[in-house]
Amino acid sequence: MSTIGVIDYGMGNLHSLSHALGRAAGEMRVDVSYDPDKLRKADRLILPGVGGVRQCMGELQRLELDELVKEMVGQVPIMGICLGMQVLLDYSEENNGVDALGVFPGEVRKFVPLERDGEKRKIPHMGWNQVHFTQEHPLWHGVSQDAWFYFVHSYFARPIHEEHVLGKTEYFGERFASVLLRDGVFATQFHPEKSQSAGMQLLVNFMNWDGEA
Amino acid sequence: MPLSKRIIPCLDIDRGRVVKGVKFLEIRDAGDPVEVARRYDQQMADELVFLDITASSEKRETLYPIVEQVAAEISIPLTVGGGVRSTNDVRRLLRCGADKVSINTAAVTEPELVTRSADRFGAQCIVVAIDAKRVNKRKEEPRWNVFTHGGRKDTGLDAVEWAIKMVLMGAGELLLTSMDRDGTKEGFDLEMTRAISDAVDVPVIASGGVGTLEHLKDGFEQGHADAVLAASIFHYGQHTVGEAKDFLAAHGLEMRR
Repeated sequence: MSTIGVIDYGMGNLHSLSHALGRAAGEMRVDVSYDPDKLRKADRLILPGVGGVRQCMGELQRLELDELVKEMVGQVPIMGICLGMQVLLDYSEENNGVDALGVFPGEVRKFVPLERDGEKRKIPHMGWNQVHFTQEHPLWHGVSQDAWFYFVHSYFARPIHEEHVLGKTEYFGERFASVLLRDGVFATQFHPEKSQSAGMQLLVNFMNWDGEA
Repeated sequence: MPLSKRIIPCLDIDRGRVVKGVKFLEIRDAGDPVEVARRYDQQMADELVFLDITASSEKRETLYPIVEQVAAEISIPLTVGGGVRSTNDVRRLLRCGADKVSINTAAVTEPELVTRSADRFGAQCIVVAIDAKRVNKRKEEPRWNVFTHGGRKDTGLDAVEWAIKMVLMGAGELLLTSMDRDGTKEGFDLEMTRAISDAVDVPVIASGGVGTLEHLKDGFEQGHADAVLAASIFHYGQHTVGEAKDFLAAHGLEMRR
């Protein structure tokens, strides 16, 4: 039986993610684990995450999960979610600057507070916003252009290579990369497990994805 | 394509049932929490808030299995509050499947709890609930104080200053309830909502007093709220969340539909 490994490094609520994956997984088994040896045997991996990047990277390193993720790139499909996406870049300016996994060349920046026409850019960027596909891809199967997804974050990815961007979202004048893709690694800034039917469809698409293209 | 404004039905939970009080007093039964939550998920509510108002702490244990069941069934974010006093309480609720935890009285008695919780679990999941009441005399500058213990105790703290302090301490969002308006159906205290929303950089959820769809619109347009909380207009079938969104979108507000 094919398994989905959920990388559990002790940060955040994996409860709703596991439930959503359970529904999306069909016949596949969902394995939540911090054991690199167990995760190495999974047929696809999910890297979730909420909280601060320093603690996240620290825990990944302590549990030797940073090496696992890097090693599995290109071997099995990998999906990063929220902070799990941000740590896939080279560097984040959160917590006075933290080096990250470097799967996607680029960095993670903070939203700057802004005021425009008497309206404020609130931080975190919290709530439902739209994702605009910048490329066609089987991962978008059954998801409509500009569908709504649930976001909660104060930092956003700035990948160097435009071809790694699969979708974009605008927040108060900042059009940022909300979906990334390269070599079997797929990442979303939003939470598909909190995003009703569009989110569920995306999780199902990830389950069905062979990691190619 | 801007961020959508959020509509958040609020479920007051007492000993495992959804209830709704008027001015924090009368209690009326509004149903089974799992069923009510499922209904709002289907109506495309943007989030849900559960506030546990159970008086005794042993009976409050009934909350955890409910949070677990609800979190397993819905696919929108869930905030849970009521009686949260320690990082252990926060952790337990997050582990049961809450996405955010709201801290109210304990933020006043021990503000460091907000910082510790935000450091540990991330500011994005720490909501500070502020219950405030207008205290200025007629013809004086408007002023609101923070109340605790379900609105019974005046802390003497100025609500705007308190809101700013809570954000500095690590709150990722504020849930602002007008004690003067709660349960009255007279609309939000717009002046207070706006004063606080304009004073902080984090999102503000307006609460207390919604009786019509017009009130929701006022909360966004005049109160500068990022999200609106309502209970009775949804619980008793006066409006669906969908109707509220259609109305607000027709008035030019960004809604997820």
